[in-house]
Amino acid sequence: MMEIGLNHYLVLSTILFAIGLVGVMRRKNLLMLFFATEILLNSVNISFAAISHYYGDLTGQMFAFFVIAIAASEVAVGLGLLIVWHKKHNNIDLDNMSSMRG
Amino acid sequence: MELFLYTALFSPLVGSLFAALFGASPKTKIAGIVPSALLGVSLLSSTILLILVFTTGHTLHVEMMTWMATGDLYIPFGFVVDQVSVVMMMVVTLVSTVVHVYAIGYMDHDKGFNRFFSYLSAFVFSMMILVMSDNFAGLFIGWEGVGLCSWLLIGFWYHKESASWAANEAFIMNRIADLGMLIGIFLVYWNTGTLQYDAAFAAMPGLDVATLTWIGIFLFIGAMGKSAQFPLHTWLADAMEGPTPVSALIHAATMVTAGVYLVVRSSPLYELIPNVGLFIASLGAFVALFAASMALVNRDMKRVIAYSTLSQLGYMFAAAGLGAYWVALFHLMAHAFFKALLFLGAGNVMHAMHDELDPFKMGGLNKVMKGTFLMMTIASVALAGIFPLAGFFSKDLILEVAFVNHHYVIYAVLLFTAALTAFYSFRLVALIFHGEERYKLFGIHPHEAYKFMLVAMSPLLLLAVIAGAFKAGYFDMVTKLLPATEYHVHSAATYWIMTIGTQLLVGLAIFYAYKKYTRKDIKVPDGTSKMENSFVYKLLINQYYIPYFYEEYIVKAYRELSEVFWTKIDQKVVDGTVDGIANVLYQTGEKTRVMQSGNLSTMLKWMVAGTVALLSLAVVFGLAARYSGEIKIFLSGLGV
Amino acid sequence: MFEAIAFYLFAFLTIAMFYIAVSTSQALYALSALAAGMIFISAFFFILGADFLGAVQIVVYSGAVMALYAFGMMFFDTTREVKEKQGNKAIIIGLSSLAALMVVVIVAAPIVGNNIEALYPMTEGAGNTQEVGMVLFTKYLVPFEVAAVMLLVAMIAGIVLAGKKMDLSLTLMSDSELMIMKEEDKKVNL
Repeated sequence: MMEIGLNHYLVLSTILFAIGLVGVMRRKNLLMLFFATEILLNSVNISFAAISHYYGDLTGQMFAFFVIAIAASEVAVGLGLLIVWHKKHNNIDLDNMSSMRG
Repeated sequence: MELFLYTALFSPLVGSLFAALFGASPKTKIAGIVPSALLGVSLLSSTILLILVFTTGHTLHVEMMTWMATGDLYIPFGFVVDQVSVVMMMVVTLVSTVVHVYAIGYMDHDKGFNRFFSYLSAFVFSMMILVMSDNFAGLFIGWEGVGLCSWLLIGFWYHKESASWAANEAFIMNRIADLGMLIGIFLVYWNTGTLQYDAAFAAMPGLDVATLTWIGIFLFIGAMGKSAQFPLHTWLADAMEGPTPVSALIHAATMVTAGVYLVVRSSPLYELIPNVGLFIASLGAFVALFAASMALVNRDMKRVIAYSTLSQLGYMFAAAGLGAYWVALFHLMAHAFFKALLFLGAGNVMHAMHDELDPFKMGGLNKVMKGTFLMMTIASVALAGIFPLAGFFSKDLILEVAFVNHHYVIYAVLLFTAALTAFYSFRLVALIFHGEERYKLFGIHPHEAYKFMLVAMSPLLLLAVIAGAFKAGYFDMVTKLLPATEYHVHSAATYWIMTIGTQLLVGLAIFYAYKKYTRKDIKVPDGTSKMENSFVYKLLINQYYIPYFYEEYIVKAYRELSEVFWTKIDQKVVDGTVDGIANVLYQTGEKTRVMQSGNLSTMLKWMVAGTVALLSLAVVFGLAARYSGEIKIFLSGLGV
Repeated sequence: MFEAIAFYLFAFLTIAMFYIAVSTSQALYALSALAAGMIFISAFFFILGADFLGAVQIVVYSGAVMALYAFGMMFFDTTREVKEKQGNKAIIIGLSSLAALMVVVIVAAPIVGNNIEALYPMTEGAGNTQEVGMVLFTKYLVPFEVAAVMLLVAMIAGIVLAGKKMDLSLTLMSDSELMIMKEEDKKVNL
């Protein structure tokens, strides 16, 4: 218990990932959905960094680095689209965005 | 010599295909002339082959190509020209050529002129295959071919409901009989391992009598359908719905004789089972009497002649059943000539009387149609069996055969039938050509047929007169293949009493017919006379109520059964299953379509669910792969 | 020992913050909780000795990304509560737990089971930033450049999507057209 091992970090990552999934599935507001996506990415980053630390390998950290870069660009584009949608429909409720039904 | 064989065989096919080219075009004379010319070529080849076989005694056996060679089964397209088949070839090609030329004139005003010649030549081709084939399979091909062409030709005027019905009746009855024939062919193959005539017949003496009896019976069932023996006889009279040339060719000379040909060809088989032969002969005698009785009162000219054909077929089967195969074949040949002549003459009368068929409405036509009168009279004389025309030699021979083999019942029946035959033949001739000109009451203006049609019929006339002279030469030739049984009555006195007695009986019948039907006061019967209401008359004119019986008890029941099968089983079960499967798939699609709601939140949930499912699979497979050794041990412990 | 205390403290805080971010109905609270969570995650990175990564996390995530989200929040009436239709809680929680478990099991299985060789081992003695620099500019050069291009594309996309009058090109318009546009703008603003 005192000695923090890889498993602790992996468990933490799991819990955060679960929280992120709950948010993705639960949120009906597009912006809130983006928040939950950020949580998912961060949990994975923790996992990468932990494994990298415990095995003395830099690959994990590089991967986390690139994940951050990608998340940043994703936010930019996502928010841009959200703004366009908001201009058109004046609300960002997911239940209204169902024109691509089967 | 093979060249003649192939020419004789394939010329009708070429003619048929040629005429078929004009099938959709309006009538052109060339579509009639070319097939007739090609049939003439076929006739020429057949004659040459006949002369060759007659003089040298060589037979020709060719194998054109292999049809089936699978495992133990080997069936070629083979053709044989031996004494029996060359006689049949002669008869078929001669009558066909005459009928073709005649039909150019008869079908002159018909819209389906080109189509007619195509069908007619196709029929001749099938018949040639039938008689020239050297194995049972080829025989069956020709058998089915003539059945098909007969259907096409009987139902030629397909707009007429009755013609289509008659065509179907003929075809279906033939088909029922063909089942028997197929079983017979299967039995032949099963027991002898080959379908070639020579090999199969050589193997037959080695088989046991029961098997041979069954083979004989089943093959004869096939012959019964084709040659319209009782009880599969109703189609022949109804087949008169077709044009008269069709009746002349198919239902007098060729198709209906295919059954007799089959029995004659299978003579080695029937020699071994004389009991079946006796049954065949008895049935033949019965049919002869049966048909003759129905012809006594019939008021349809062509039907009378059709019943006459049926009756003569009975004679042929009687002869074949009693083992006198060459006699049956000889009668087949002679009968073809004068029966075809009778039919063609009847065609002339029909045309002259604007398709009127009731002889009571005719009368005195000998003044207007001299040629036809002469021909029909001579043909009827030949049919009645008066010396020295052809019919005498063949028919009397059959009577002798019956007498000599001590089958006195058959003899008596055939003798009585001969008298009846003479009576109804001359009843017809008298009503049509003699007496009062009753047709004037109906406003009909008859005229003789085209000259070339009469010229075409003349070879038949000639042969009907002189065919008896060929008996000796024919006997010499044919008995190289068929059993050469001679029939000598024990004492000369008995012979002369029999012969003269038969002639007297026949002459009396003719005289009585003439007297009765050339009276001046014959009226068209209208259902009120005493004779018409008598029981016997009613029985005969309704053909012993047999068609009625078939319609009520067999056809109706079968139709009901078919309807049940159609609605309950085919529609509900078969279609239901197929549609059901399609429906299940469709409904699955419909129900799962709801998954695509377009709502992002729902779809995210589905995405997570799918990911969980796939990940579970990955974990399970990974675990299985990792612990596969342990799992195997566990399962083997369980005994799997 | 300090490490353990730090770990548990920050773990508790992170989980709490993210939970608030996911479950609250107030958008502003969610944003703030998310930002706080990001900071706490960078603490983890520092504990794990990934200094460069921790710094980048603070600068990029807590700084830039959260600022972006804050701008996005301007579209809200933040006093209003976010109304949400409640889905079936059991399904959601169950599915998410299961998914999380699966992912970790799959990812950790090879690591836990076998010996792992380090592909890009850390050198002793060098600082983390130097090591990251060495690896980044040699072995990961291509991904680095591609990421740069991607960020450029994202930036342009953001400008195009969010900007006004993006169908006009000011540099290509002639002087007269510019004058007309200025006149119209003055009229609108008056």
